[in-house]
Amino acid sequence: MIQADLSVILPEIILALYAMAALLGAVYTGKDKLASMLVWSTAGLMAALGIWIGTSGSGTQEAFGGMFVDDGFARFAKVAILLSAAAVLVMGQEYMSRRGMLRFEYPILVALSAVGMMMMVSAGDLMALYMGLELQSLALYVVASMRRDSIKSTEAGLKYFVLGALSSGLLLYGASLVYGFAGTTKFAGIIEVAQHGEISIGMLFGIVLLISGLGFKVSAVPFHMWTPDVYEGAPTPVTAFFATAPKIAAMGLFARVMHDAFGHAVSDWSQVVAVLSLLSMFVGAVAAIGQRDIKRLMAYSSIAHMGFALMGLAAGTEMGVEAMLVYMAIYVAMNIGTFAFILMLQKDGQPVTDIQALNQYSRREPGKALAVLVLLFSLAGVPPMLGFFGKLYVLRAAYDAGLAWLAIAGVIASVIGAFYYLRIVYFMYFGDEGEDLDRTSSPVLWVFLMGSAAVMVLGIINMFGVDGAAAAAAATLVH
Amino acid sequence: MIGIEHYLTVAATLFVIGIFGLFLNRKNVIILLMSIELMLLAVNINLVAFSSSLGDLVGQVFTLFVLTVAAAEAAIGLAILVCFFRNRGTIAVEDINMMKG
Repeated sequence: MIQADLSVILPEIILALYAMAALLGAVYTGKDKLASMLVWSTAGLMAALGIWIGTSGSGTQEAFGGMFVDDGFARFAKVAILLSAAAVLVMGQEYMSRRGMLRFEYPILVALSAVGMMMMVSAGDLMALYMGLELQSLALYVVASMRRDSIKSTEAGLKYFVLGALSSGLLLYGASLVYGFAGTTKFAGIIEVAQHGEISIGMLFGIVLLISGLGFKVSAVPFHMWTPDVYEGAPTPVTAFFATAPKIAAMGLFARVMHDAFGHAVSDWSQVVAVLSLLSMFVGAVAAIGQRDIKRLMAYSSIAHMGFALMGLAAGTEMGVEAMLVYMAIYVAMNIGTFAFILMLQKDGQPVTDIQALNQYSRREPGKALAVLVLLFSLAGVPPMLGFFGKLYVLRAAYDAGLAWLAIAGVIASVIGAFYYLRIVYFMYFGDEGEDLDRTSSPVLWVFLMGSAAVMVLGIINMFGVDGAAAAAAATLVH
Repeated sequence: MIGIEHYLTVAATLFVIGIFGLFLNRKNVIILLMSIELMLLAVNINLVAFSSSLGDLVGQVFTLFVLTVAAAEAAIGLAILVCFFRNRGTIAVEDINMMKG
């Protein structure tokens, strides 16, 4: 019995034990001298686990009486989480060690938050959901204030902590109401009670509070206030991490709760999610126009992208979940490349985040400028880059589900949003003559930038099979 | 006779006080931490009340988890606050303004 349960959560156990052993080992021996080695070993272990999960498991297994579910959906999300977290760790290593920020706690905290994220996407019970979410969030609060001698970084951590704790509180209050009115915390039990048309008012309150708590975690408008400040204040490698793995995990958890626990009452929640999606797309597109700091700009960009991913969820269909997963996979691939580029920007050894500094970048670094052009076009959703097909997927899912108004609004928002991506391209190619940035040569970052840009172009042939995997994953979630 | 609705009312009141404490307080970050704690404890009252009225122990198990996590959360919040104070020399809410949000 217990052995069968433990074998289902073996990847999580391995990662958690590794984090514990690495923490003890590093404290008793070299401390920060081991940090670079720990980054590589953590990234290696996470990538290996990701590949293992992606190639091995099949079917749906439950552990601990249904508290933990290992199905195709969870595996898809876990592979994306582990691979992107590993990629971001490797990307940030050089940046952090050059500035003396690389502490041995950093890879360990990232590994622990990855355990939390894996728990989130596999949750089959409100308790498992809460524990996974908190494990992820608590590690992220600390990582955000990693530069503890910097005012901006600690302020980012403090803001993230206060608003994150508020969102956990809202989510938990919602969970307590759902428990009270359904009589159980198991998703499998809640879905029996929550049939369409028979939802009590208390349960509806619970669903709305749950959605607002989850909305904070995916940074959907109107719960997005923390995102720009945290993105700007946190060290850039940490910002790159925030923009990738936790977003997949939060979106995966959102889809899991909505379909596993309230899948028979789609019409009760899809309107709320549709409104979140609409607001996120427009606020993300409009508020980014005035931004001069590229990290703040990426924060608003991620808000807008979350709006599009939520559009897939709002559709409430299997195709909607599939579109959401495809969109998140493409979004993460784009962001890894873009942040690899942001990590390269520096002048006299200091990191630069002002977009004006990119003036005439194409004259000096034509290869990199072309890769960034591809990535920015893809973020904007310009065909024929992969980002366009991601948008096409969610728009089609929303249209088929009868949300034509949302799909049309999405097209308008993406046109508005294209402006600020194209402005960066304008600066790079036609900007005024400015001062030179440092010519950095970091092979790791170069590989990620070029690789991500190549994926955006070559992916349009067959998407590397991600769409097929996403379809299979969605089929296991939506009943 | 005190029924479940009385407990739920108390919990809802405490929860709302917690939320207002977060948004209206302009003085001290410690008060924010206390407000967060108040919200989590309101949830605990809810869970225990439901647990007892449903005759189901799961709610009380949930409460224990929430208490544990709340303790960890407070520890991390205070640690971040100490780092912030060392850099800024103040913990007034209106001084958390290096970045405009």
